[in-house]
Amino acid sequence: MIRRSLSSVTTPLLVFGISMALSSVALLIPGYNPITAFSAIVENLLTVSGVVTVLNFSARYYVMGVAVAIGFKMNLFNIGTNGQYQVAALFAGAAGGSLSLSGPINIAIVIVVAMVCGALWAVIPGILSVSRNVNIVVGTIMMNGIAAGLIGYFLRTWFRDFDDNLTAHTKTIPPDSRLPTLNPILELLGLEVPKSTNLHSFVLISIIVGVLFYFVIFRTRFGFDILASGRNAAAARASGVDARRMIVITMAISGALAGLAGMSVLLNQAFEYGDRFPLQLGFTGISVALLGRNSPSGIALAAIVLASIEQGSRGLAVVGIPQEIGQILQGTLLVVAVVTYEVASRRAKTKAIQMASNVSVGQVAL
Amino acid sequence: MTKTKIAVSAIKSRRNALIILLLGFSILSLARIFAEAPGISSSVTFGGAIALAAPVAMAGLAGLLSERAGVVNIGLQGMMVLGTWGAGYCGWQFGPWGALLGGAVFGALGGALHALNTVHFGVDHAISGVAINLLAPGVARFLSGLLFAGKEGGTLTDSPPVGNLGKFTMPFLAGGRIGSIRTTDLLGGIERSGWFVLADVAGLLGGVFRGIAVETAILLSMVPMLWYVVWRTPYGLRLRASGEKPSAAESLGVNVVWTRWSALIASGSLAGLGGAWLVTNVGKYQQGQEGLRGFLGLATVIFGNWKPVGVLLGSILFQFTESVRLQIGDEPSLAFVLAVGISAFSVAVYRTYRKSWAGAASFLVASFLIFLYLNSVDRVDDKLSATFPYIITLLVLIFSSRRLRPPASVGLPWTRGQED
Repeated sequence: MIRRSLSSVTTPLLVFGISMALSSVALLIPGYNPITAFSAIVENLLTVSGVVTVLNFSARYYVMGVAVAIGFKMNLFNIGTNGQYQVAALFAGAAGGSLSLSGPINIAIVIVVAMVCGALWAVIPGILSVSRNVNIVVGTIMMNGIAAGLIGYFLRTWFRDFDDNLTAHTKTIPPDSRLPTLNPILELLGLEVPKSTNLHSFVLISIIVGVLFYFVIFRTRFGFDILASGRNAAAARASGVDARRMIVITMAISGALAGLAGMSVLLNQAFEYGDRFPLQLGFTGISVALLGRNSPSGIALAAIVLASIEQGSRGLAVVGIPQEIGQILQGTLLVVAVVTYEVASRRAKTKAIQMASNVSVGQVAL
Repeated sequence: MTKTKIAVSAIKSRRNALIILLLGFSILSLARIFAEAPGISSSVTFGGAIALAAPVAMAGLAGLLSERAGVVNIGLQGMMVLGTWGAGYCGWQFGPWGALLGGAVFGALGGALHALNTVHFGVDHAISGVAINLLAPGVARFLSGLLFAGKEGGTLTDSPPVGNLGKFTMPFLAGGRIGSIRTTDLLGGIERSGWFVLADVAGLLGGVFRGIAVETAILLSMVPMLWYVVWRTPYGLRLRASGEKPSAAESLGVNVVWTRWSALIASGSLAGLGGAWLVTNVGKYQQGQEGLRGFLGLATVIFGNWKPVGVLLGSILFQFTESVRLQIGDEPSLAFVLAVGISAFSVAVYRTYRKSWAGAASFLVASFLIFLYLNSVDRVDDKLSATFPYIITLLVLIFSSRRLRPPASVGLPWTRGQED
C-alpha cells in the first residue's frame, strides 16, 4: 500500500522531469536559456491576474476532462467532445440571446439547452455503435466533421446576429443572464484585482462536477457498472450489466458535460457564440483526462498544470523566447505521461505475476 | 470456399462495381441535363476533384498501411501537419522536389514516434495518435517562429514561397502539345458534345489527362505501388499477417515488431507527402492548411474497405463535392444535390423491389426532403456541402459495417511473445 502511494507520487514527478528535460533540449538547440524560460513562465503565473486566469481555464478544462474521462472509465473513447461542445454552445448561445426571461431562469435554461444538445450530439454515435456496430472513435470523428459544417451554416443563417455584419456570432446574452464574477470574494481577501480580470463563477460549477463525478463513480451502482464494464466487459455482461444501455447513457453524460464545459466561455467570458470561441477545447479535455489518469483529483491536477503552462508561456515573449514552447511542453508532457504510465503499469503487472508465481512455488515446496 | 466459388464471387463483385459505376454516371448525366449545368461533370470539375483527392488519398493510404499492419493511426492529422511544415522548409531551401522529400521525411518522423509509443511501449493506439495530433501543431508553430519569421516572405504562420513542378496535358487525348505542335483534343470534343453518359465519362478522363499537376500524378502513382507492395510482395504478406494475427505470424518467423515499425514510418511519410502536396499547391506552408484531411483520410480507409482502390475512389467522391462547390455559378452545386436526390430515390425504388419496406420508406423520405430543399433555395450553402463527406461515411458505416472487413487484430494491444 505504501509502495503504491509512493509510485503515485514518483510517476507524475518522473513525467514532469522528463518533459522538462526534453523541452529544455528544444530550447537549447536554437540557443535559448531554459532557466530564463522556465523562470519567465513561473513569474507570469505569480500575479493576481495570472492565478485568476489559471483558475478560470482549469475550471473549463476540468469539466471537459471529466466528460472524456467518464467515457474512458468504460473504455469508450469519445473523441467527439469538440463537436459536442460547439454544437451545445451554438444552440445555448442562440437560446440565451433570444430569450427575454428574468436572469436566473434564463441562465438555467441556457445551461439545460447546452447539456441536452451536447448529450444528443454524443448519443447519435453511441446509438450507431450499439445498433449498427459503427466504431465509436470513427463515429465521433465524423460527428465532429458534420458539426463544423452545420455550425458554420447556422451561424451565417438562422442564428446569426444580423446587427453585426463584420463577424458571425449569435445575439449577445443580456447582462442579467450571465454567470456572475467572483471578484468580490478576491477583494474581501484584500487582493487588488486588475480591471480586465474576472474570476469566473464557473469555477464553483466545476467543483460541483468534480464532487458529483467522484460520488457517482465510486459510490453508486451506476458507477460500479461503468468501472466493471471498463475492466472486463464480458464479466460485467455476465453479471447482468446491459452493455448497450451503458454505452448510450455514458455517451449522453459525456456529451452533456462537454456542453456544460462550454458554458464557462459562453456565460462567463464571451456572452455570444462565434468565431472567438476556443477551437480546441474538446481536444484539450482529452489531454487533461489522459494526463489525469481519469481520476477526479488527477484530472484536477492535470487541468491546473496545462492551464498554468498555457498562461505562463504568455510571459515568454517578454524575455524574447517564442511562446509556442508552451504548446511543445504540453504535447511532450502528454506523450511522456502516456508512455511512462504504460511502462509503470506493465512493470507492476509483471511484478505481481512474479510474486504470485513465487507464492505458488513456495506452497508446492511446503 | 472452393476456388471456383471464390472466382465466381470475385467476378460478381467486379460486375456489381461496374453496374454501380455506370448507374452513378447515368444519374450524374441526368442531373447535368435536367439542371442545365455542364459544370457538374466537366473535365475542370473532375480535374479539381482528382487534384483535391490526392492529399486525402495519401492520408487514406497512410491509414491503410498502418491498419493493415495492425496499428490504428489517428495521428495521421498530426503527421500531415509535420509534413506540411517539412515541405515548407525544404521546399523553400531546395525547391519543389525538396518539398516532396521534406514532407515525406517529416511525416515519417511522426510515424516513428507513433511506432515508438504503440509498438515499443505498447501505449493505446488511439491515445498515442491524439498525443501526436496535439504535439505536431506546437512543433510546427515553434519551428516556424524560429526559421520562417523575419525571413523574406515568411511569418510565424507562413513559409517563404515554394515553387511547384508545373502541369502536364496528354497529347492527342486531351490536346497537349508535342514540342510546339498542337494535337487533337479527342476527349474535349466528346465532352462538349453533351451526349448522355459518354460526355460525363469523357469529362472524368479529361480531368485525369488535361492539366494535371506533376505532384498530383506522383501522389496518385502511389496507389498502384502500394497495392503491389502490400498484395504482391513477401513483405506485404508479412505486413498483412501482422495485422490479422500477429502471434501466428510471429510463430512462423515474421518479425512483427520490425514490420509494424517500418509500416508506421512509411505510413507517416505518405501522410507527410499529402501535406507536401498542399504546400506545393498553394505555393507555401500555411499554418492549418491541412484542414481536417487527416481525419477525412481515416474515413476513406473505412469507406474503401481497407483497399487502395477503395481509398482512392472514396477520396475522389469526398472531394468531388468540394470541387463542384469551387466551380463558377450555382448550377453545378444544385445539380450535384439533385444527383444525390435522384440516387436516394433510386435506392428507394431498389429497396421496394427487394421488399425491404423500412429502407424504402426512409430513402423515399430522404429523397423527398432533398427535392424539397432544392425547391426552396437558389444556391447550395457551401458550409452544408462541407458536411457531405462525413455524412456519406456515416451512412456507409451504418448500411455496410457488416460487409466491411477490417484487419482482425487492428488496434488490439500486442507485445512480442504474447499468445492470444
